[in-house]
Amino acid sequence: MDVSMKLNHIFSVFFSFLVLFQLQIVQAEQITPLESEADSALLLNQLVSVKSTSDKKDLISLIAGSNLPQRTRVLTAMQDGDLYYTKADEQLVYAKTHPDGYEIRAVVSGEDLGVVGSRKVRKISINNELRTVLRGVLAELALRSEDAAERLAAAKDLIRSPAPEFLAAIERAKAIENNDKVLESLNIAMAMINLKSDQQVFRLEAIEAFRGTLDSDAMSILAAMQLKDSDGNYLEKDELVRESSAAVLSEMRGKAKIYKLLENAFFGLSLGSVLLLTAVGLAITFGVMGVINMAHGEMMMLGAYTTYVIQLIMPNYIDYSIIVAIPAAFIVSGLVGIVIERGIIRHLYGRPLETLLATFGVSLILQQAVRSIFSPLNKSVSSPSWLSGSWEINGALSLTYNRLYIIIFSLIVLLLLVFLLKKTFVGLQMRAVTQNRAMANSMGIRTGWVDALTFGLGSGIAGIAGVALSQLTNVGPNLGQSYIIDSFMVVVFGGVGNLFGTFFAAMSLGVANKFLEPFAGAVLAKIFVLVFIILFIQWRPRGLFALKGRSVED
Amino acid sequence: MINKAIFERSAVGRLLLADKAGRYLITGLLAVMVVVPLCNLLMPAGSFLHIPTYIVVLLGKYLCYALLALALDLVWGYCGILSLGHGAFFALGGYAMGMHLMRQIGERGVYGNAELPDFMVFLNWTELPWYWYGFDNFFFAMFMVALVPAALAFVFGWLAFRSRVTGVYLSIITQAMTYALLLAFFRNDMGFGGNNGLTDFKDILGFSLQSDVTRCVLFALSALSVALAYILCRAIVSSKYGRVLVAIRDAESRTRFMGYRVEHFKLFVFVVSAILAGIAGALYVPQVGIINPGEFGPINSIEIVIWVAIGGRGTLFGAVIGAIAVNYAKTYFTGAFPEVWLFMLGALFVISTLYLPKGIVGVVNQMRERRAERDATSTPEQGAQS
Amino acid sequence: MSAVVKSPGFHSAEMQSMLYLNGVTKSFDGFKAINNLSLDISPGELRAIIGPNGAGKSTMMDIITGKTRPDSGEVKFRDSIDLTQYDEADIANLGIGRKFQKPTVIETLTVWENVELALAGTRSVLRALLHKLSSEQADKIDEVIKLVGLKVKTNDLAGSLSHGQKQWLEIGMLIVQGPELLLVDEPAAGMTDHETMETAALLKEINKDHTVVVVEHDMDFIKALDSKVTVLHEGSVLAEGRLEVVSANPRVIEVYLGR
Repeated sequence: MDVSMKLNHIFSVFFSFLVLFQLQIVQAEQITPLESEADSALLLNQLVSVKSTSDKKDLISLIAGSNLPQRTRVLTAMQDGDLYYTKADEQLVYAKTHPDGYEIRAVVSGEDLGVVGSRKVRKISINNELRTVLRGVLAELALRSEDAAERLAAAKDLIRSPAPEFLAAIERAKAIENNDKVLESLNIAMAMINLKSDQQVFRLEAIEAFRGTLDSDAMSILAAMQLKDSDGNYLEKDELVRESSAAVLSEMRGKAKIYKLLENAFFGLSLGSVLLLTAVGLAITFGVMGVINMAHGEMMMLGAYTTYVIQLIMPNYIDYSIIVAIPAAFIVSGLVGIVIERGIIRHLYGRPLETLLATFGVSLILQQAVRSIFSPLNKSVSSPSWLSGSWEINGALSLTYNRLYIIIFSLIVLLLLVFLLKKTFVGLQMRAVTQNRAMANSMGIRTGWVDALTFGLGSGIAGIAGVALSQLTNVGPNLGQSYIIDSFMVVVFGGVGNLFGTFFAAMSLGVANKFLEPFAGAVLAKIFVLVFIILFIQWRPRGLFALKGRSVED
Repeated sequence: MINKAIFERSAVGRLLLADKAGRYLITGLLAVMVVVPLCNLLMPAGSFLHIPTYIVVLLGKYLCYALLALALDLVWGYCGILSLGHGAFFALGGYAMGMHLMRQIGERGVYGNAELPDFMVFLNWTELPWYWYGFDNFFFAMFMVALVPAALAFVFGWLAFRSRVTGVYLSIITQAMTYALLLAFFRNDMGFGGNNGLTDFKDILGFSLQSDVTRCVLFALSALSVALAYILCRAIVSSKYGRVLVAIRDAESRTRFMGYRVEHFKLFVFVVSAILAGIAGALYVPQVGIINPGEFGPINSIEIVIWVAIGGRGTLFGAVIGAIAVNYAKTYFTGAFPEVWLFMLGALFVISTLYLPKGIVGVVNQMRERRAERDATSTPEQGAQS
Repeated sequence: MSAVVKSPGFHSAEMQSMLYLNGVTKSFDGFKAINNLSLDISPGELRAIIGPNGAGKSTMMDIITGKTRPDSGEVKFRDSIDLTQYDEADIANLGIGRKFQKPTVIETLTVWENVELALAGTRSVLRALLHKLSSEQADKIDEVIKLVGLKVKTNDLAGSLSHGQKQWLEIGMLIVQGPELLLVDEPAAGMTDHETMETAALLKEINKDHTVVVVEHDMDFIKALDSKVTVLHEGSVLAEGRLEVVSANPRVIEVYLGR
């Protein structure tokens, strides 16, 4: 080692202490950028020359406190033992094992240096003390990330591996954290660490901190405190801690149960919304017109296939295809509905049982038509990206977006329909025709046209339901059949001719189904619901919200 | 030769004297009952007159369907109860028979367990469920063939008719009933073989189900059952009770104001019909060799309705003709043009409701009336007017 | 008690009223179809009930015959039988017959079969299955068919009858049912003037053996009946008495006759 290098070394150590001093001051506040790349190279290369543990500790803090872009990677590599330097020019490198030695890459320049023999490089050695420091420093770096999701992930990591060395970092992070969820996780992490303390005060405080949260790790730790060993002694010796943890645990479990109920209710409502969508079209054709449309399920099937075709037409815009599919399905199913009404049903008004048979025939024809055109196999319809993912409300409750959207969507459809029937002229005509055909006719309403339109509306809504179903189940020729009975049940249960009844029936049947499922299983739950409806009809032969009065008795 | 005087004096004779089509039907049924087995068993295989065994089985199947259609026509055609769940009664009768045949297998099953049917061994069951007790006895099983559908019909009908659930509401809940049973029988826990149902039957009363003689006997029994069921149904609808049924069908409220307990009248005919459907199922199972939950499918029940509608409802023989004609068409088309069958069936539904409200029988009657009028009047215009 | 008791059927000498309604109220979705209605029909009486559309006539009939249950009030038959406890079939068997506004006969059965079904006798399923007509019963059926003037139509399907003939057939069916009280809803609706007068005469003839309550619009018909009249309005009794008296009542003129 010649003189100049020696001088250089002395100078750089001196310089680094200057920088260190400067950074110590601004730590946890804003970090002043290093002046140049040269400075960063200087700082990083210290890792090669510095030997003592205490010097290395200082250097780690320096790097962590700097704004070097590589800092996280360097420190992670150091922690994992992947940080080396070349013996030849003492350059700091990342190394990856390779059959011929190591594959190395320069830390400062990022330059790929190829593969070198294992003798050409030497590891930057670390010990347990340094590992602890590194863990803390890395955690703190993650906790300071710009991205809230990264901070949250870091905090969750800390909950899973609580260690006292993170305490200071957590405290500092808490001071500047403004995201509630991250803050909550930090609190839990801190409590996890404090729980390991040997002082009762800290532990009690930690247990208290869990109260109000629903963290599953916290719950399992608290639950573990209630366990006994094989001799019947509690694993947790401190009685006060044990009792307080038991109290907090039961409170947490109570809350979790409530959220579980909420989640079930949410599942139920989303199932109810599917039922509502499938039944509301039927509520028009059956409820308003008195037509038993057994081809209603096939109208849904057509809607689902329309979605499929739209996706074939615009494969690069899957995210928007659904938006296009909704009106398209409405039009396709609506038009088919109008054709069925004009061709068949209009000859059969007042003969509901005959209508049932004829429309069943239509349903068979439509099924076979789809089989012949699209093959009998199920088609896959992709979901737009904005339908995936979920909305996490807390540790115990997260609502998936597709279910959420379907609830909103079904309500929009229902409201639009109510608006159409109650507030528009077409709706007025529809209601007039269904209430008194002869009178409406003599007032100049073209009853035939209104019938076709009403039936088309009901069928079109079934088509929209088909778009929603395409996101939930397989799109195949039998799609309609699996929903038709359920839809009839909903309409009959709710009371024919009453959209509110349909809404109420769909939601309550959906929720009932989901609450029965955990006890009875899906199939038995469905059987129970069917039997319930069969018995219910005995009690109220015209449904829950039947129209009363003389006019409907005959 | 039947002594004509005795025939005329007997109750059945009197019934059939007033029912020309019924006489033809009974005669036809008795004829095939004798001729078909003879042609199968006695004629050599290459002969022109030989009827192969698979045809015998197929015809036997049609006859079971005909019996089922009779059962439905009794409630729908005469009392206006459009049951979309008659397949359930048929399937229950079939399951009762299937359970007996299952117990007859004994040690000859795949697992060689004398006490438990194969599927129970497969599910690791160790004991026969209580509701399988007694089914090893033929007469108990036959009793159950009638009792189980009757009990279901009684409970269901008692609830529904008492509450005056009528028309499409009734149709929809009968459909819900068979759908619920479909779901239930699919479950392995129910102890009826789950998805696969009951099959691999060996023999009945010691006679192998594979032998031609057994098959011919089953066929003959089916034909006889249809004939007897027809006479029973005819007797019912020709009585004053039958006229009350028609009154209920056409003016239920009026019938009530005449003082008839409509619910009792409906319940009786519903239960009788369910028993007939159950018997049809019991005859069907040994001939086709399997019963599975698919028989409970709502579509099956609706198909029965179409047999009756196409044959002509409210005529009894129309139901028999419709069942046989539609099922023959089904056999033919599913074989020759499988793609076309559902189109055909769908079109049959539409056409029969739109243009043939009285079915085949109605068309035949109409043609006969036209001819009679043409014969009676010299000018064809007058005939066309009325 | 204006009406004279004529029928030997009214053996209970103490019987005050054949039909007695007191304070009967029935509402549908808040609309009071019947509002505190009271009515007293004496044994053997012929009573006409008139009122504009929506006055509650049909609902009143429904309540008496067990089709509709009242919200409150008493409905008594033969002084002591509480009709609200029974359903239609029970009430028919107790001896109240009802003819509907729209003629409802069983169109796919013959005239004879229609009358046979209505003929008084047991209504049980088993008896119906094994029923054999006795010669007296057959005579009775023939007699009634003759009474309502349908003898030549005996074996025709009821569906082939004219509107007026159907009305008569239904009246005939009511008679063979052997009720003590007949409720007749608008029997003259859709009839020619001649048929209307014949129907009035027929009802007066029937009244010799039965208590009859007639609901009707047609004033000529009411005049021909020549009986006590009850005017219903908005679900309660507006006036009651002889037609001359009632038609002089200014309120009646206002709500009904004056229009």
